[in-house]
Amino acid sequence: MGESVTDGLESLEIELLTEGLFRHHGVDFRNYAYASLRRRVWNTVKAEGLGTITALLDRVLHDPAVKDRLLHNLSVHVTSMFRDPSFFSSFRRNVVPLLRSHPFIRIWHVGCATGEEVYSMAILLEEEGLLQRARLYATDMNEAVLAQARRGIFPSSQVDEYARNYSLAGGKARLADYYTNRYDYVIFRHALRRNVVFAHHNLATDGSFNEFNVVLCRNVMIYFDRVLQARVHELLYSSLRRFGVLALGRKESLRGTPHESDYVEIDRAEKIYRRDA
Amino acid sequence: MARPMVVIGGSLGGIEAVEVVLSGLSSAFPWPVAVVLHRSPVDVSDGLCEVIRRRSALPVTEAEDKEPARPGRVYIAPADYHLLVEAEGLALSTDDRVHWARPSIDVLFDSAAASCGSGVVAVVLTGASTDGAEGARAVKAAGGVVLVQDPATAESAVMPKGAIDAAAVDAVLGLDAIAERLNALAESRVGGAPPRSG
Repeated sequence: MGESVTDGLESLEIELLTEGLFRHHGVDFRNYAYASLRRRVWNTVKAEGLGTITALLDRVLHDPAVKDRLLHNLSVHVTSMFRDPSFFSSFRRNVVPLLRSHPFIRIWHVGCATGEEVYSMAILLEEEGLLQRARLYATDMNEAVLAQARRGIFPSSQVDEYARNYSLAGGKARLADYYTNRYDYVIFRHALRRNVVFAHHNLATDGSFNEFNVVLCRNVMIYFDRVLQARVHELLYSSLRRFGVLALGRKESLRGTPHESDYVEIDRAEKIYRRDA
Repeated sequence: MARPMVVIGGSLGGIEAVEVVLSGLSSAFPWPVAVVLHRSPVDVSDGLCEVIRRRSALPVTEAEDKEPARPGRVYIAPADYHLLVEAEGLALSTDDRVHWARPSIDVLFDSAAASCGSGVVAVVLTGASTDGAEGARAVKAAGGVVLVQDPATAESAVMPKGAIDAAAVDAVLGLDAIAERLNALAESRVGGAPPRSG
């Protein structure tokens, strides 16, 4: 990747870049986890044909198109449908029964990116007869990916993997029942997003906006440092009803977070918790 | 800036190779060890760790996000995540595959070079892609050490050869000799002068 800098120059340049993004463009990456941020910054430096991070800062401050491309590279998070199939089968087994007793279910997909997880959840809820009384709030800081998520269009090249995940996750039909083919793409049935609200939300700067039965924040906070993680845990906690369910990524943990003792484990391996206090 | 950290990468045949290297490490090995093995994205079982644990004198676990990298512990990259090294410990990402791999060896090596500088000792084992070559170059540029499995002893020579072509590697060795070299490096730096800081 970039030249290795053991004298701290590289970290200074990254700090100046994130400070510039924040002060001039109002987007806050200052508490992003360093290693991934650095990688994404260098990828952008190279894609722009530049030599240094400082040169990128110059472009970012003076050329809105470069700024947009950098923001896209820094904020997009890559995922797939039914990522970690065992999570979705556990959700069916352990969380769906808890939801059945509620006349109305609110679910928040935090950092939904291009929407793969939201469509996965909509399919699961549909198969469990719960989609009618559910509302799924899918938020992301990136408008471009939200627009993509709203369309529900995914490349055909991914579909085999998604179908495999779907059946491993305990899918009751065939994934193909939920989409139609269009050239190199598949389009998911409109009915799946009838109860989905896509909205802009930035975890680094925005607050809580509702009370939820379920909050899914999987593999989003891995991009944040400890400080921002603590802020987000505060936000998620205050966005959950009592006995609401929190789901994290498979390799994330509540350990050392501000509300560690306010949750009980529903499924330790799948990182599914219930707010208890 | 120099923080001791061993990073190991391999793919085809890599599990056995990692087993051999880890079984040769001293039970008092004083540095953290982070391992990337190319693996199936859907195998989320603890099987790989269990296999590696069998012959390792050091405790072996799958890395969790923002976990501190503790001395004498072995951290395996989880399926379908990149494993990175940060100033405060280990971090994960789900970013795009690199060389068709997630976890990718380049991502691990490169992040270790950036955060640990000359304290990094990278080990490139058998493998069927050139993942790890760019990372080996980054480790050398940061003043670290790169050890490569002798391609003649590797189940697939592509990965070791890729690293040898890309970087001025420090040594090309058999698996047992790699473990001995790691022990010796740790002993010379920990037992003798403290690691150079700067």
